[in-house]
Amino acid sequence: MESSISETETALVSALRAGEPAAYERLVRDYGGRILAVCERLLFNREDARDAVQETFLSAFRSLESFDGRSQFATWLHRIAVNASLMKLRTKRRHPEHSIDDLLPTFQADGHRRDPGSRWTNSAGEISEQRETQQLIREKIEALPESYRNVLILRDIEELDTETVAEMLELSPGAVKVRLHRARQALRTLLEPIFGGASK
Amino acid sequence: MTCHDALDFLDDYLDGKLPWGQRIAFGLHLGLCRPCRDYLDGYRKTIEASRKAMSEQAVTNCEQIPDEIVQAILAARSQVPRSDRRD
Ligand SMILES: [Zn+2]
Repeated sequence: MESSISETETALVSALRAGEPAAYERLVRDYGGRILAVCERLLFNREDARDAVQETFLSAFRSLESFDGRSQFATWLHRIAVNASLMKLRTKRRHPEHSIDDLLPTFQADGHRRDPGSRWTNSAGEISEQRETQQLIREKIEALPESYRNVLILRDIEELDTETVAEMLELSPGAVKVRLHRARQALRTLLEPIFGGASK
Repeated sequence: MTCHDALDFLDDYLDGKLPWGQRIAFGLHLGLCRPCRDYLDGYRKTIEASRKAMSEQAVTNCEQIPDEIVQAILAARSQVPRSDRRD
């Protein structure tokens, strides 16, 4: 299965390099949905995502030569899309970030949890099945401070490894790990009212 | 191990990267500490739920990229200066 996908990719890349106009359209149609999703996940805005999708494909067309065939074509395109979205975010960066500290668990001096929180009785599947809940969860992710949100999305959703994320965000791998941990904890706090039976 | 220490081990534990000594200590703490068990459970569900809510279908709300985006990209490409183009 894996090899037939690669063969299709190889044929497409050759057609693109040969400058076949139909190949460009096929590339956009075949990969566009996935790329749009990547951009929307990072940008939370259809208009910005659309710009980033366009930038992704134009950038891919321009740099086809640099695709060395060692990684999967889809992986190569995915990274271009992430970078285009991050670039878009940089041009839009707003007010200073609010602190994430209020959303992190607190402990007593002896290391015991200050606030035990509530028990999450539902499974993630049950809860996130409904459209409205999915929307609510996305709003909570969007509410995270941007520098934490980006790490969470790139690691947990885009499933990029720590080193790749560190490179993309110009952070150390250690900083990526710390931010991911804080972002997950903060998101857990934000999702508590949705999942937790009795809230604190 | 305190709850505070246990929390620091969560990611390595979930990634299966915790050295066995710490893994045992972590397991022991979890066995005895209901708040940490609940916390871990919610932490896992947070990751799982965010994946579901951010899936391609859920985010784009469409099977394929809308046609007008495709047309815009192809039109923009045709405006790229000749020297940059291969055809
Ligand atoms: Zn504990």
